[in-house]
Amino acid sequence: MNRTQDMQGTTAGGHVSLTRTGKSVPAAARRGPAPETNKLTPRARKFSREAVVRLLFVAPAALYLLLFFGYPVVKNVTMSLQDYGTKTFFTGEAPWVGLANYVAVVNSNLFGPAMVNTALFTIGSIAGQFVIGLALACFFKRRFPLNNFLRSMLLLPWLLPLIVSSATWRSILDQDSGILNQFLAGLGIISQPIPWLTSPTVALLAVVLVNIWVGIPFNVTIMYGGLQDIPDELYEAASLDGATGWKAFRHITWPNLQPVVSVVLVLGVVYTIKVLDIILGLTNGGPANATQTLSIRSYQESFINFEFGVGAAFSNILILISLVFAVIYLRANRRAVDD
Amino acid sequence: MTTMDTAVSTASVSRGARQATVRSAGFTALGILFLAVMLFPVYWMVNASLQPSGNTLTADFFPWNPSFDGYARAISEQGPNLLTSLIVSLGTVLFSLAVAAPAAYALAQFRFRWVSIALLVILVSQMIPGIVIANALYAAYNDLGLLNSIPGLILADATHAIPFVILIMRAFMIGIPTSIVEAARVDGAGLVRAFVSIVLPISRNSLITAGLFAFLFSWSDFLFALTLTTTDEVRPVTLGIYQYLGTQVSNWSAVMATAVLSSLPAIALLILAQKYIAAGATGGAVK
Repeated sequence: MNRTQDMQGTTAGGHVSLTRTGKSVPAAARRGPAPETNKLTPRARKFSREAVVRLLFVAPAALYLLLFFGYPVVKNVTMSLQDYGTKTFFTGEAPWVGLANYVAVVNSNLFGPAMVNTALFTIGSIAGQFVIGLALACFFKRRFPLNNFLRSMLLLPWLLPLIVSSATWRSILDQDSGILNQFLAGLGIISQPIPWLTSPTVALLAVVLVNIWVGIPFNVTIMYGGLQDIPDELYEAASLDGATGWKAFRHITWPNLQPVVSVVLVLGVVYTIKVLDIILGLTNGGPANATQTLSIRSYQESFINFEFGVGAAFSNILILISLVFAVIYLRANRRAVDD
Repeated sequence: MTTMDTAVSTASVSRGARQATVRSAGFTALGILFLAVMLFPVYWMVNASLQPSGNTLTADFFPWNPSFDGYARAISEQGPNLLTSLIVSLGTVLFSLAVAAPAAYALAQFRFRWVSIALLVILVSQMIPGIVIANALYAAYNDLGLLNSIPGLILADATHAIPFVILIMRAFMIGIPTSIVEAARVDGAGLVRAFVSIVLPISRNSLITAGLFAFLFSWSDFLFALTLTTTDEVRPVTLGIYQYLGTQVSNWSAVMATAVLSSLPAIALLILAQKYIAAGATGGAVK
């Protein structure tokens, strides 16, 4: 879900700043013995009561994370090794089938296309979001009236429910009466209306374009933050040496933005790879399976075909890919902190 | 903006200053153009929602004769769903803040030895695809009778919010000086008391920011609405829109009117609570 891209912003930087400040925070509350007397030594009492209360602050959140993140991950692993289908919900039986679900997944004729589409969708979306996001971030780095206002209004596409964006874009991309085809035809760019969402050859492109639109605000926000961290003196010194414009970008902006760039790109992959709302809203995986991705497969196997075992196998492949990028992210993030 | 303009005009009007004004006005114009392109779909959504109902999309660039038929139909058909979304979203806000705020404070100030591991876990939990959670919750909810229920949706939607709320509130709470809480403790207040009567009030802004985002996340949720409801009884509006979309859209103005109504929280919050939204969006990123 692209909606969760939202979180990247705060998470990305949040983590950086947290780890940074974590080291410098002064010792929290070294408390002396409490005034009331007790048979236990102050230290033992502190352990018995204070420590328990402290743990109670985190207990609800820990329990929640365990039940709503930990359990599903484990459950998906076990489900993927079971014949977990319609019958299971009536009889409660889910026979163990070993790796049969994975064999079925890999041998299904939709596996190859889903992998390719997932890769194309992810790479295409991120490339577009990144390039446009970086360009806009550089643009907004200049000082001019209304800058802050315009930049925050730019967040709107990213705050709208994704299904709303999908509905809107479906009306815009409509083959016969959509505004995009009318606009392109009016300019004389196309002579025939393009069947954006109904032709297998262009549907994936259309879905990628919409996802780029959704992701631009996030990319602008994060990279604008990164650009603000580059000291002005660097640009001043460079301009004395005659490096301005493109040269300044290449030799100052780009190298100094590296840590932020790697965080944006890796998080972009993790969050784009699991997008479901936009594709379901625009094409439902069609036409002719042209926009099938791993997460669409997982959803359809589980909730349309009621083959939870197969659906879980698909989503575990998804998790595995995310995990690889999560590790890359954490390493990139650590590097960003060290810098 | 005005201060800048007057500052420039009252200064000795050198050619350089005038050029700078023209340049920055040019940038503003360009910025407005970029924004207009980016927000065109939003405009088009509003425009289409005000067109006379019918199964074709009209191409007028402006709703000269606005028709509210779409809204009438949207409210009669999606009104209950909008209410469901509202209840679920408010519930998610309360639940997420109640669970996450104490945890955020603990992770910010209690100096547990395992803080960095906890943060790592929270960070990674945000990366878990929603479909993984939905797969597992469907079976569990089926056994527990939580399918088609508002509490079930609140608990599931909180997966969008809780990790985010913990991280963003912790980032704010790290800045709370320990001396404030210490003073209360010396006066005999327990940890819980100090948290409720001191930490929470001074964290007001971060609570609002976190709450607004929890609301938007839950309001936008589509995946859990799609997978954890099977009947019409409990149906968030996002699912209502999806069902409108079907294979063939029969009434665009009603669809777009519902879309506009579903966008209102995001639009209203971006305009009225810009400070908080910007803090949430850039909070961690800029620091």
